[in-house]
Amino acid sequence: MLTGRALKFGDNISTDHIIPGRLAHLRSNLPELAKHVMEDADPDFASRVTPGDFIVGGSNFGLGSSREHAPLVIKISGVSAILAKSVARIFFRNAINLGLPVLICDTDKINDEDKLEVDLVAGTVNDITNGNRLTFSEIPEVMLHILDEGGLIPYIQKHGDFKL
Amino acid sequence: MGKTLAEKILSQKSGSDARAGSIVVAEVALVFAQDTTGPLTVTQFQASGFQNLANPNKTALFLDHAAPSPNYRLSSEHILLRQFAQQTGCLIFDIGDGICHQLVAESLAKPGDVVIGADSHTVTAGGLGAFATGMGSSDVAVAFGLGKTWFRVPESIKVVVSGNFVEGVYAKDLILHLIGNIGANGATYRALEFSGDTVDRMSMSQRFTIANMAVEAGAKAGLFPADNITKDYLISQGRGNHYQPVFPDADATYEQIININVAELEPTVSKPNTVDNIALAGELKGTKIQQVFIGTCTNGRLEDLAVAANILKGKKRHPDTRLIVAPASRQVLLAAIEAGYIQSLIEAEAVILPPGCGACLGLHQGVLGDGESCLSTANRNFKGRMGNPQASIYLGSPATAAATAITGEITDPREVI
Ligand code: SF4
Repeated sequence: MLTGRALKFGDNISTDHIIPGRLAHLRSNLPELAKHVMEDADPDFASRVTPGDFIVGGSNFGLGSSREHAPLVIKISGVSAILAKSVARIFFRNAINLGLPVLICDTDKINDEDKLEVDLVAGTVNDITNGNRLTFSEIPEVMLHILDEGGLIPYIQKHGDFKL
Repeated sequence: MGKTLAEKILSQKSGSDARAGSIVVAEVALVFAQDTTGPLTVTQFQASGFQNLANPNKTALFLDHAAPSPNYRLSSEHILLRQFAQQTGCLIFDIGDGICHQLVAESLAKPGDVVIGADSHTVTAGGLGAFATGMGSSDVAVAFGLGKTWFRVPESIKVVVSGNFVEGVYAKDLILHLIGNIGANGATYRALEFSGDTVDRMSMSQRFTIANMAVEAGAKAGLFPADNITKDYLISQGRGNHYQPVFPDADATYEQIININVAELEPTVSKPNTVDNIALAGELKGTKIQQVFIGTCTNGRLEDLAVAANILKGKKRHPDTRLIVAPASRQVLLAAIEAGYIQSLIEAEAVILPPGCGACLGLHQGVLGDGESCLSTANRNFKGRMGNPQASIYLGSPATAAATAITGEITDPREVI
């Protein structure tokens, strides 16, 4: 069970909002890069986020580039999961590969700063602030296994190959 | 039951009956990363415990995004990638060779291949009839080591394109129109499969432009059949032996069929800050533009430079509008010199950048100032994309870009040709 605060964003948050290409020179310095997380969507995000918070997006969250640095800086910021109405495909796969859960549910029912309880096993989101209870759609089994191992690299370290 | 292009290619490369929705593990014919995603790929490759590449001659690194490097940190990343190539024996393309997707199209990908790259526009090779898709560094690192990866076989949307383009309208206008209609989320997780009489006549350059932007509708792949035009292209690249016909089955199942008659299209532009925010170029007349950028993996090919050069020949850029041109590869640059296009562009006061990504992602060579607007032939206009969140980006065809460079405001190219 994950518990934390919702930090709400709108639709179409791109990888350039999350971590823009102009900061490519900081990619080998992750602590420095991570200070800019979500900067072009919310310049105050890095100071606002606290460990355990959830990023709650609208539709097509994470569209754009394949840069894995986007979910990586979100993970480094302490965010425990991303909730959105829909998520761009590469971002989705990248986040799971880093062990960062991405949950598809009707985020219109969640407001900024709401307190949430996420049950990954039951597939539910409990909005404690407004009493709404949401279910999120199923994640493909192979991704659940990768998530269980904490990401793709630990998964490969353990299994040496894809076990489908 | 028949198969879509995606199902056919993934069936063949996974040795299983791949159907939309199923999960398969497929061999990759080519796996690559570029200079902004490559360093993390190398880190993840090493963290996974791999010592060797599964197939060094099917693994490639490209130094194209920051080429030549604008600062010492990126120079160090280049050193790391060159060392990795030397240690593992993989292919490496250095600064000045060109943009990864263009080089993959020119010399590496084959019809029927599965290609993955740590860059979202890997979909470009779909123009050749390859199932090509972008992934992140971890997935690509694992494919470096295993020579394969897992896929969820996508549902397909069939786009049937018919009719003849009117003057001043190009493949770029078609794909912007399509994305504007289905939305930036309209094909998420799907393959966009193109067919129809217009596609049967379409040049490879235009097919690459369309396949390249499939990802801007969220698609996992943008697929074209591999026909005689593909064959002729491969022969012209000295690799006719790489051709094999690849077509979908006539009775394949599609989630949706979209019909477009290109004769009805007009020059189209994406307005800031999403690609699906389209308007006709003519409707945006009066929008002042401080920089025009012609290039990228979307529209930096010889045909694109030809269109721009023919419009700009004997004319000059507007005094308030900078004009920057980046050929997609060395081959494109050399051919454009030979054809006289570079001469015409320079005489029109264009700045010619070395082959590579140039100003596309805001790292160097054409970063926008506060409040400035750019008309670019690239594929993305997200806030901050060209290095400044206080700037605006409009996307259009090379013809619209050239016309805009002349007038200094967004212009329907039919007004100047
Ligand atoms: S030209 Fe632009 S879109 Fe294409 S690979 Fe380079 S940065 Fe990416």
